[in-house]
Amino acid sequence: MSSQTRVELRKDLFADERDDNLNEIGRPTARQDILGHVTGRSPFFDDHQFDGLLHMRCVRSPHHHARIRRIDIAAAERMPGVRRIILGRDVPHNLNTLLSLIDFGRDDEPLLATGKVSYVGEAVAAVIAETERQARDAVAAVRVDWEVLPHVLDPEEALAPGAPIVNETWPRNVFEYHDKYTHQKLRFGDVERAFARPDVEIVEGRYQMSPIEQAPTETCGAIAAPETNGRYVCHTSTQALFFSLGTTAKLLDMPSSRLHFIGGTVGGGFGGKVDSLHEPLAVLGAILTGAPVKYIWDRAEEMQVGAPRGAERWYLKDAVTRDGRIVARRFRGYFDCGAYTRLSSYAVQKATGHLPGPYTIENVSSDVYCVFTNRTPATAMRGFGITGVDFAIECHMDKVAERVGLDPIELRILNAYRDGDMKAHRRLAKNTALIECCQVAAEKAGWPIRPEFAAMSSLTGGGGDRAAIPETVTDEEGRVDGTPAARPAPRPAAPAPAPAPATASTSARPAAPATRPAAPPATPPAAPPVAPPVSAPAPAAAPAERPQERPAQKPYQPQEPFTRGVKKPGAHRFSSLSGTRRR
Amino acid sequence: MARTPVEFRLNGAEKAVFVEGGANLLDVLRRGLGDMTPKYGCGQGTCGTCTVLVDGRPQLACLTLAETVAGREVRTVAGLPDGAELHPLQDAFMENFAAQCGYCTPGMLMAAAALLERRPDPSREEVVEAISGNICRCTGYEPIIAAILDAAQRRRRRAS
Amino acid sequence: MGLTVETYASAAEAARALAAAQDARYLGGGTLVMRAVNYGDQSFRRILRATDPALGRIAAQGGRISVGAGVTMAEITESRELGFLAPAARAVGGPAIRSMATVGGNLFAAHPYGDLAAALLALDGRAVLADGREQALDELFAARGRGQQPLVTAVTIARPERGAFRFRKVSRVKPKGVSVMSIAAWLPRSGGRIAGARVAYGAMGPTPRRVPRVEQALEGRTLDAAGVQAAVAAAAEGLDPPEDAIASAWYRRAVAPVHLRRLLLEEDG
Ligand SMILES: Cc1cc2nc3c(=O)[nH]c(=O)nc-3n(C[C@H](O)[C@H](O)[C@H](O)COP(=O)(O)OP(=O)(O)OC[C@H]3O[C@@H](n4cnc5c(N)ncnc54)[C@H](O)[C@@H]3O)c2cc1C
Ligand code: FES
Ligand code: FES
Repeated sequence: MSSQTRVELRKDLFADERDDNLNEIGRPTARQDILGHVTGRSPFFDDHQFDGLLHMRCVRSPHHHARIRRIDIAAAERMPGVRRIILGRDVPHNLNTLLSLIDFGRDDEPLLATGKVSYVGEAVAAVIAETERQARDAVAAVRVDWEVLPHVLDPEEALAPGAPIVNETWPRNVFEYHDKYTHQKLRFGDVERAFARPDVEIVEGRYQMSPIEQAPTETCGAIAAPETNGRYVCHTSTQALFFSLGTTAKLLDMPSSRLHFIGGTVGGGFGGKVDSLHEPLAVLGAILTGAPVKYIWDRAEEMQVGAPRGAERWYLKDAVTRDGRIVARRFRGYFDCGAYTRLSSYAVQKATGHLPGPYTIENVSSDVYCVFTNRTPATAMRGFGITGVDFAIECHMDKVAERVGLDPIELRILNAYRDGDMKAHRRLAKNTALIECCQVAAEKAGWPIRPEFAAMSSLTGGGGDRAAIPETVTDEEGRVDGTPAARPAPRPAAPAPAPAPATASTSARPAAPATRPAAPPATPPAAPPVAPPVSAPAPAAAPAERPQERPAQKPYQPQEPFTRGVKKPGAHRFSSLSGTRRR
Repeated sequence: MARTPVEFRLNGAEKAVFVEGGANLLDVLRRGLGDMTPKYGCGQGTCGTCTVLVDGRPQLACLTLAETVAGREVRTVAGLPDGAELHPLQDAFMENFAAQCGYCTPGMLMAAAALLERRPDPSREEVVEAISGNICRCTGYEPIIAAILDAAQRRRRRAS
Repeated sequence: MGLTVETYASAAEAARALAAAQDARYLGGGTLVMRAVNYGDQSFRRILRATDPALGRIAAQGGRISVGAGVTMAEITESRELGFLAPAARAVGGPAIRSMATVGGNLFAAHPYGDLAAALLALDGRAVLADGREQALDELFAARGRGQQPLVTAVTIARPERGAFRFRKVSRVKPKGVSVMSIAAWLPRSGGRIAGARVAYGAMGPTPRRVPRVEQALEGRTLDAAGVQAAVAAAAEGLDPPEDAIASAWYRRAVAPVHLRRLLLEEDG
């Protein structure tokens, strides 16, 4: 049986909501790149050949948390084939956060760590050599003097008093939302009042999910090479070409017009190829050596250093009436974002926007924390922000059903949102279909449900009272008062539909980036210590084992620092992408 | 650095190449000879995306010391088509949606080719066994299994 | 620096070179050696290999069979002579691994590998060294990791009576998966009762190992529910199995009796 015959389109459902004129959906359509795939000719980043290609490998932390006392590259630099060893001081703007391109969060992560490392596998130096083996040998010869620091691997422990500070940009070990709160809040109605009602049962639960590695079959990597006119070409496995481009421009302090990025053929991403760690290092390597440089993770790095979907822990508390109506639901969630923000801050907001799941509950409250720990930084993965909390919610629905003695599918149908209902983030539900999904699932599974539940519909019974926004209590718990004075005050939150107090969801972002180290030095930098940036392939037969005398490397600085902040490559305002705008 | 000359046949053509000490066949095929069809996914034998045929048997190019193929016949996806005509496996992979990102595809095709050359009419179990060393993160395997079974039929049809 | 590869025409020469070297690694099929090379293992700089055809030979020797150290898992599964050993060879990796992985390499593969080696151990395997000396596999395993390992040219094993040899690999992923444990049992019978059983485990210690208490508990018994009871009870006695990503030590101990029982009674599962 071929796979597509298993799809069943239920066109009987919501038939009047669409014209039945679909030409593609429900029909097999060949991928446009399939011929390349079956002939092995699809151009993945590593399939581009460059004469004289150099290889980059990183020196990595063996510790969860350690101060770097000294990095000794003297022996490694003299090893055969080694062209250059890059340290944090060579990165012109060695502090970034991925979402700074949409002005969200604070720069909190170096490309190459300098003062300390905060997770196992964090890179502190990058060796460029003529062969991969030479690069590996030189990496093994770099001596780092570590002072091991206490570490924390659990988000709730990271929030406890006295926990080690993982990331100095976030001294409370949490991402600060809107520069105002230690967590992302959602308030809708008054859960505490509902919990106190005499006619409800309280059902509580704790759920957690481990980190999950995307494990793409192609490991992450990039090849960068000098082009003419001072431009650099970069072939990359990235899933997010313009993210990688903007990030590279920012870290290397160069205009994106000098970067020629080529991607789009990705050997599996699943969210794990957005972090833009390879392109900046590969391009910097090409700048410093004047030659094509490849930086690719091996499988061990992909698994250890590659950012996974982060761990999550959720606490749920419901108030349920005897007949199975959930009248209040409170969430407390902890996202383990590892040592740096990457995309976890955004995942928390996605999760919050999703609460309380596809159900209509008149009182909802949620506090979700994006917590720093000494684990590998977390990032995107298929439905990130939603998957973990959905797991928690649906486990909890089963628990509630058991407690009140109701069939789990009937409980879901009873509490399902319907067209016209007000959702906790203050938008009206439309095109809802949970009831029908439950009915079809029950039918397919041969799971009996009572006739009144089989007769319910997403189209009826919604709206009316259920469209109202309840009177909402708010609070200042988790208020951050120690916000650095330099940080501009956040703009007032966008007006929410009356009469609700506006405390839900995303508020507007400050216009200026939160923290940024001093602007690049205005003094003209020293001439780059390497050959001019022309592609000069090394003669293949050159004797490789020549011990070289070379002057000590000076830190790299761009010849013409790019004045940033005026026209940032690819910068959008975060609020224009999501959050406050109403459709 | 020590370099050793190695001669072997690649998809029917004689090749001679100098290899560095310890070089694996995957690097030699890709960097040395420009055959980019076998892919790197792990360098440790666990993903199968570098699978090639050596004297008709499936081997992991990343774990094959280049010197060991001297005098032998190596086959890759580049050698699967018969002139302009695709191999039945390639047609079947296209029509059964057996590739999404396409990265595992060359290894899957070679593992399947090794099977069909030994067992022209394999059972589903034999197909599953034949690709058990190959990881696909995209498709969930079912379309690949269907494609290989389909290819076996196509081959028999072409032959008759 | 960099690596060098030395190819010898005879196993004896390779053995001499290996014995004299500090920084060398012998390459069988290379499935583990090349993995180390690819990942920049700094403990060796020289790769030694031998093209000696004798290493690939499978030959009957009286009641025993000699299997060359260079024989691959795939060749075992195709050999008529070694039909009884095919299930153990088939348990190693996927098809591509099996066309590379050799008998010699399996003897030295670190935990959790060594599925075939457990079978060879149960079959009274003896390693033949390049100078012709023989060493029982238990002794070879005991010396493993201490100093330079000697070159093995072949392993001789007993030829078990029809139906007297059983092998089972327990893994979470099927068909190809790393061992939770593997069990090999040679169960010769005389008058329906077991006499001189040899039972070995893979992945239940740093190297494959015999389980003498199980062997003793089987002595003189029949292969039925009552007969195997004592052996099953002794299945994990005194063992301290490794803890790894595949299974905890507790789990390995807990499931050993279940799988031993299934093997002895030829139950499915
Ligand atoms: C993806 C994958 C899956 C695997 N699955 C399994 C599995 O399921 N079960 C299992 O048992 N193993 C497994 N292995 C491990 C390995 O492939 C096998 O154990 C194999 O038999 C090793 O043989 P080789 O010839 O490849 O060894 P090599 O890599 O060539 O050598 C391994 C070690 O043995 C030494 N050596 C090799 N031959 C000799 C000799 N003749 N004399 C002395 N020393 C020698 C080498 O010096 C080296 O130290 C797997 C490996 C991989 C990469
Ligand atoms: S690259 Fe060879 S098996 Fe993965
Ligand atoms: S199609 Fe992407 S790994 Fe198989």
